[in-house]
Amino acid sequence: MKAKPENVLTGSHYLDGNHASAEGAIAAGCRFFGGYPITPSTEIAERISQRFPRIGGIFVQMEDELASMAAILGASNGGVKSMSCTSGPGFSLMMENFGLGIMMETPCVLVNVQRGGPSTGLPTLPGQADMMQARWGSHGDYEVIALAPDSPQESFELTIHAFNLSEKYRMPVLIMTDECVGHMTEKVVIPSADEIDLVERKYTDKKPGEAWPYEWNGKSIPPMLPVGKGYKFHITGLTHDEKGYPVINAEAQEKNVRQLIDKVKKNADDIIWLEEWDTDGADIIVMSYGISSRVARPAIAKARADGIKIGQIRMITVWPFPEKRIRELAGKVKAMVMVELNHGQVYLEMDRCAAGQCVTAVVGHSGGTVHKPDDIYKVIKDVVK
Amino acid sequence: MDKIAHGSDVTHHYLRPKKKFPNVWCAGCGNGIVMGALIRSIDRLNLDKDKVVVVSGIGCSSRMPVYLDFNTLHTTHGRALAFATGVKVAKPDLKVIVITGDGDALAIGGNHFIHACRRNIDITTILINNKIYGMTGGQFAPTTPGGSFATTAPYGNYEKQFDAVKLAIGSGASYVSRGTVYHVQQLEKLIEGGLNKRGFSLVDVYSNCHTYYGRFNKEGDAVKMLEWFKKHAMPIEAARKLPPEKMVDKFVTGLIHETDATEFCQEYDMLLDRLGVKKEVAK
Ligand SMILES: Cc1ncc(C[n+]2csc(CCOP(=O)(O)OP(=O)(O)O)c2C)c(N)n1
Ligand code: SF4
Repeated sequence: MKAKPENVLTGSHYLDGNHASAEGAIAAGCRFFGGYPITPSTEIAERISQRFPRIGGIFVQMEDELASMAAILGASNGGVKSMSCTSGPGFSLMMENFGLGIMMETPCVLVNVQRGGPSTGLPTLPGQADMMQARWGSHGDYEVIALAPDSPQESFELTIHAFNLSEKYRMPVLIMTDECVGHMTEKVVIPSADEIDLVERKYTDKKPGEAWPYEWNGKSIPPMLPVGKGYKFHITGLTHDEKGYPVINAEAQEKNVRQLIDKVKKNADDIIWLEEWDTDGADIIVMSYGISSRVARPAIAKARADGIKIGQIRMITVWPFPEKRIRELAGKVKAMVMVELNHGQVYLEMDRCAAGQCVTAVVGHSGGTVHKPDDIYKVIKDVVK
Repeated sequence: MDKIAHGSDVTHHYLRPKKKFPNVWCAGCGNGIVMGALIRSIDRLNLDKDKVVVVSGIGCSSRMPVYLDFNTLHTTHGRALAFATGVKVAKPDLKVIVITGDGDALAIGGNHFIHACRRNIDITTILINNKIYGMTGGQFAPTTPGGSFATTAPYGNYEKQFDAVKLAIGSGASYVSRGTVYHVQQLEKLIEGGLNKRGFSLVDVYSNCHTYYGRFNKEGDAVKMLEWFKKHAMPIEAARKLPPEKMVDKFVTGLIHETDATEFCQEYDMLLDRLGVKKEVAK
């Protein structure tokens, strides 16, 4: 299915990442937004509040982030593609209901424009330190999908992609961007609607009375049931069976949790999206995501000019982590370096997958600004020694 | 057909045919009485089963939706109203009912409660008010009277009580009422009124948790607690005529407050009209 032409602002624009993300949501067919203002994500909500009423979408400024996350799950179960955005403290408040979305297998998109933390931290300055919270922030065992755009253009594109993944895999999808990308203004080219592919929600084709909300078969993602169409189904955050009814025992738990994990793990190849440059025959690979992958480029160029055989990986999806590819490359290279605006979060995954096959290092940073390319260059020089 | 005489048939018609019973509640719990009243109100209004959505939070009371043969959503503790807000704006043609406990609505969900009232969004909220946290074994709630006992108030509660009715009126709800699980016919009328009202409606239902509140406070079993409601309830019409000293050990029941404020989805539609836009409705 294609995007609706009347709502897609086809053409070249000069937009920041947050506004681009809002336009991506609109192009993706999102028509409900529930959010609570927080820097540096607010521009998404502001643009939506201005755009939605004019295209028949619904914007509700909720009373807090707990409510925002709950409302987008409600709207999505009501049949409307929905989204929220937040930063730092708001992300923490959303974690409980994020888990509810995972458990209820409800499609929706949540954008976290990361700022410096912990706590109130640096409201107006960048960080990438919520990456492990994105992975494990809600209680219980589950898998997530998280995307990291590196530019306003990609903020637009990945927001659409996030909606598509959320519908395809029937789960909330995270966009883990950062203050830099959110507030950076660049050229954004919005294609014509017929060039934008959308994944539409799959509803059951069975008759009411014959269909259940979670018909897990171990392979495909079960279609959803529409409300108000005679199905009268129940969904819950409790461990449940295919019918959506609570079942409180280990057997049901195994089946339910398995589904949440397997649908991502078994489809990892479809979900994972990497960009690689010069990784074949490289001695050193620099890995990063979001704004840090742009900052790493001059350092990589400088090292290459020194004669170092160096490649780069940019993770567009950070979660699920590209385990297979990292294990493979770790056996071929001498070192892998992670660049991120924290002191080694996604690095831990890279190091785990490298499993001692090569040297690993992180170019850590407390946030508040981006890395200095020279600091990255120094670590590269260090690991080649 | 006389619906009351056929009460049990009516009830079964609205219970999920394939859901296993018995339910999770203690024998004699007021939750079942409220469920019966809700079913009969819905039946009397002849609502399309498929257009009814019941949303709940977490607690003994919030377990109700799983038994009901409607579209039902059992969410997280305190968040039912926020969740229901999303459902209602996405599908304004649905009758959205929230089942919540006093802890669920007034402690952890207090903020959502006042803001749902303020928006005057068309949600019928049935607050099963048993003055205690039942599900977690009897801790004090924001509705527990001063001096009452609970597992976390072993020397008597030293906090003050919330009045859900006053809170809802102060926050902008357009239909605010109180009933009890003893006065079931009145309760059904209040629920019906709430369902008919376009706007936020509250039915604050005094209910018995004899297992914890009753036991800890020597109020006796379910029957004794119902008798207490009978003795202390004062219909609003009568209460208005009584001097304050006669009301000291009484609580007011009935439709306490009603206004005709614009409802939230209506307000939003008016905005779209002003902008000359048609709302995209969910498929
Ligand atoms: C975030 C969170 N905190 C605490 C709990 C534990 N909890 C479950 S039900 C409940 C209180 C229920 O009391 P009430 O809302 O009055 O409902 P009742 O059980 O009395 O019907 C609590 C504290 C929870 N589920 N989630
Ligand atoms: S613990 Fe109290 S509220 Fe819960 S089911 Fe038993 S009597 Fe009802």
